[in-house]
Amino acid sequence: MSAVILAADDIQVAQNIGFGIIAAVMVVGALKVVTSKNVVHAALALVLVLSGAAAQYILLGAEFVGVSQVMVYVGAVMVLFLFGVMLTRAKLGKETDLDQPKAWVGIPVALLMLGVLGWVLIDGFGDERLPADASPKAVVEISDSILGPSLVPFLALTFVLVAAVIGGIVLARKD
Amino acid sequence: MLAETAAASSGWFLEHAWLIPVVPVIGFALIILFGKRMPMKGSEIGLASMAGALALSIGTAYQWIQRVDAAHGDHEGSALARGITGFGRSLTAAASGEEATYVAPVIKSWTWWQSGGLEFGLGQHIDGLAVLMLILVAFISCLVQIFSLEYVRGDRRYTHFFASLTLFSAGMLTMVLAENMVQLILGWEIMGLCSFLLIGHWWEDKANSRAALKAFFTVRVGDMGLLVGTAIVFFGANAYAQDTFGSNGFSIQAINAWALSGEASHTVLLWASVALFIACIGKSGQFPLHTWLPDAMAGPTPVSSLLHSSTMVVAGVFLVARMYPVFWEGFSIPDSSVNFIVVIGGITTLVAAFLAFVQTDIKKVLAYSTVSQLGLMMMGLGAGAWIAAVFHVFTHAFFKCCLFLCAGSIAHSGSHHSFDMKRDMGGLRKIMPVTFACWMIATAALTGFPFLAGFWSKDEIIATVGKNGYEVFFYVGFLSAFLTAAYMTRATYLTFFGKPRGAAAGEHGDDDDHAEEHEQAHDEAMVHAMAHAGGPGVHTDHTDHTDHTDHTDHGAHGAHEDGEHHGPHESGKLLLVPICILAFLSIFAGFLQAPAFGESFEKLKLWVEPAAVPIADDDFLVSGFGQSAALTPRAAATGELVCGFETPPNGEVCVFPAVTHAPFSWAKAGVATIIVFSAYALSLLLCVLVYGDGRSKLKGLTQRNRLLGAGHRFLVNKYYLDDLYEKVIVHGVAYPISKAAYWVNQHVLDGTVNAVGKGGRRTGEWIYKYVDQGVIDGIVVDGSGKAASGTGGALRPLQSGKVNQYGALLFGAAAIGALVLVIVNI
Amino acid sequence: MLVNNFLLLGAVLFCIGVYGVIARKNAVMVLMSIELILNSVNLNFIAFSALHGNIDGNTMALFIIGVAAAEVGVGLAMVLLIYRNRKSISLDELSEMKG
Repeated sequence: MSAVILAADDIQVAQNIGFGIIAAVMVVGALKVVTSKNVVHAALALVLVLSGAAAQYILLGAEFVGVSQVMVYVGAVMVLFLFGVMLTRAKLGKETDLDQPKAWVGIPVALLMLGVLGWVLIDGFGDERLPADASPKAVVEISDSILGPSLVPFLALTFVLVAAVIGGIVLARKD
Repeated sequence: MLAETAAASSGWFLEHAWLIPVVPVIGFALIILFGKRMPMKGSEIGLASMAGALALSIGTAYQWIQRVDAAHGDHEGSALARGITGFGRSLTAAASGEEATYVAPVIKSWTWWQSGGLEFGLGQHIDGLAVLMLILVAFISCLVQIFSLEYVRGDRRYTHFFASLTLFSAGMLTMVLAENMVQLILGWEIMGLCSFLLIGHWWEDKANSRAALKAFFTVRVGDMGLLVGTAIVFFGANAYAQDTFGSNGFSIQAINAWALSGEASHTVLLWASVALFIACIGKSGQFPLHTWLPDAMAGPTPVSSLLHSSTMVVAGVFLVARMYPVFWEGFSIPDSSVNFIVVIGGITTLVAAFLAFVQTDIKKVLAYSTVSQLGLMMMGLGAGAWIAAVFHVFTHAFFKCCLFLCAGSIAHSGSHHSFDMKRDMGGLRKIMPVTFACWMIATAALTGFPFLAGFWSKDEIIATVGKNGYEVFFYVGFLSAFLTAAYMTRATYLTFFGKPRGAAAGEHGDDDDHAEEHEQAHDEAMVHAMAHAGGPGVHTDHTDHTDHTDHTDHGAHGAHEDGEHHGPHESGKLLLVPICILAFLSIFAGFLQAPAFGESFEKLKLWVEPAAVPIADDDFLVSGFGQSAALTPRAAATGELVCGFETPPNGEVCVFPAVTHAPFSWAKAGVATIIVFSAYALSLLLCVLVYGDGRSKLKGLTQRNRLLGAGHRFLVNKYYLDDLYEKVIVHGVAYPISKAAYWVNQHVLDGTVNAVGKGGRRTGEWIYKYVDQGVIDGIVVDGSGKAASGTGGALRPLQSGKVNQYGALLFGAAAIGALVLVIVNI
Repeated sequence: MLVNNFLLLGAVLFCIGVYGVIARKNAVMVLMSIELILNSVNLNFIAFSALHGNIDGNTMALFIIGVAAAEVGVGLAMVLLIYRNRKSISLDELSEMKG
């Protein structure tokens, strides 16, 4: 798996191309999420995006995170979403009116944000390149970090998860 | 030229003469505080204080006489001169180079109050004139108070009557021994106040209070002159007084010296004299301010006899006599044949004499007689007859007071409190013999019956007037004497002769019940008064007033002692004794100044008249005011009689001018006597014809003859002077002033108040409309509310509940925040 | 490769997610858009982690994934509850405020 990373220069080109294709897919998918008239289509487009994100993570050498992404997001969260869609739709397959009346308000906001962020990034990071000889991150590093310096956030996260679980049960039960 | 001076012959009484007014003042205070509780209701205090004042005055007079005699006795030279000119001739000394001895007065002064460089003091200035007046006032006051014991017995305000009487005496005594003008004015005003109080003693009757007010205001008009004159004299004499005497311009001694010093400007003296004489016109009832004196008869008879005949009204004469150098120089008395004083005096004496003929009220006859005699005194003073006028003051006091007290006695016992001669008197000589006798003596003295008191004093005035070059007034004096005799005869006839009329006939009452009867009598008399309107030449409006005053004595009704006999009878001893004493004096007082019998009978001149001799002024310089230092110069100084005609030499002052004295001429006296007797005869004849029982064509003449009737009416209306004063002058001055004042009150003062009120109200309305409603309610309250709700309304869409919108806002704000951060950190 | 690639990609995804939050009426669609946003942030973290050779970015991304998962669970439970009560999950119908 480190063959992708420990490569020669032409690996870079390949990485760029790979990145480009995946990025395009992600963007298209994202757009479909926010503009689709069919909820299920939107959900599936979200799957695309999430998967693409996982691919990007692996490109960046974060293999554990990428795999976790696939497992959690694509595997669990999206299922949740589909359950949610299913349980809250009276009619299946129908094209519903999913947009706000004033949906166009979002465009300037988004564009503004994009402008600001884009300009900052370009101005900030300019031509910075990722280190060419980076190796994928070892899991042992992640575990060292989690159980070491980031122990408190980890424990906090456990509480959050417990709360979420209990909350979810409490909220959704029928009584 | 001064000779050496005699040792000071002073004495306790002379040094302490200032106590004389103090005693009645204390008496007054005691009467006011304790009088009502005393057994005799305060009259005993009044009598005691007057007796004390009289005793002190007698002591003072005795010591003064001693002083004069001692001063004269030491100078051989002058005694010789006197001896030469002696028996049968009086001493004439006008700028003749003859010598006389000046006896210095006993002057003391204390500073009462200092303010702004001015010092006001009280003190005594005891010289012959002061001593004469002190004795006069104290003596007459004593007698009148004794008389009043019986006369006002039972009166509703008995105690206050005696209090006012005592206070009056205190005031006049203060005035006559005043050392300076301020003290003189003080005494003057106290007298005016007491006059007001006493005239209006029975003020429940409107006429009496009106009379009191009239007296007060008329005298007040004159008093302006006193104040102006004092001011003029003060400013004129102040510098001189300070240089020469160390006193100030109020000191009478200094003023007199200044007037004769030649340093005084003639114009200043003239104006001062005019101003001061105006005060005398008011106080001494000279024409044209004489109108108050007859009306003052509304007061009780003792008041009339004390104030308005003997003492208060002569205050004006006293003032002229006291300040004689000012008038001497101001009016140039020795050099002219007519001047202000003598003209006024002459007019007065005649005007009043004519008026006395048409009076039915006996007191009014006496009042006009007083005015006439005062005019005579003023005429004398104006013509340079100083000692004659002062002597006449002295003798006039006795016989006029006697006449008034007789009138009181008649009213008290004879005519049942009425003073109307025509209605309630007549034939009283048999019923009241003592009163009759005293009246006759006093009348004789007044009219100038030979060798009685008035003979000497009046004739001396007339003679001196003629001698000093005032020819016209010489004849005026004779005419006045004639008229005096005539109207007094008329009054005597109506009162004591003929058949008894009205009350004198006992018509007012044999009943037991006094009060009712007197009320009835009062009403009857009112009806009489109305009925009398048809009488011969009697004007309804005016004489009704005079008739009213007849009934004022009804107030004295409280308790009649002699309830048994109601008809006319002779008065009791308390009334008669003073009358008899005064009648006695009317006979013999004249011999104090009877030049016919030689010099030893000219005691009054010796004791009273200051010698016109220059005195060294360093005799007068004493340590300053504030200490009870005697300002007495050395007791006497002899010199030539040059004062008033030459300015005194350097270092010397003159305080009295060399007045002239007419020598006694039996011829002139004879002429005067003939005039008087012819007046008696003519008047008696006319009286018998007009008032008697016979049918004479003269009766009712004034009704038939238009000219005589008009003349009679003119006199009865007192020359319409009262109308002039009240209706024209007073109304013309007071009415516009009061109208103007009312206008100011309504339009200016009230207008201001109203305007302020209106302004306040309009301001309030404006504030309500614009500030309260408009600004505060509208802008502030409503506006803030609207602003708040507007802001709320504007901000409400933020809280729409729409999640998407919240999201939009959140991200939008974040984007903008980021943008700002970026821009700031560029 | 340029780090900006990944960062810009993240930015774009973020903005698209923002648009989705604003524009979508369905509550589930909004939650999906929020997922987009979270993922873009994740991408950023991983990119920076690769840039600096630091492992902290990775751990952070892991935590985010965990939190996102919890959040979606609770969120969807709430949506179900709302649907049960209101029979609708259309956001503009759910608003009870009058403004």
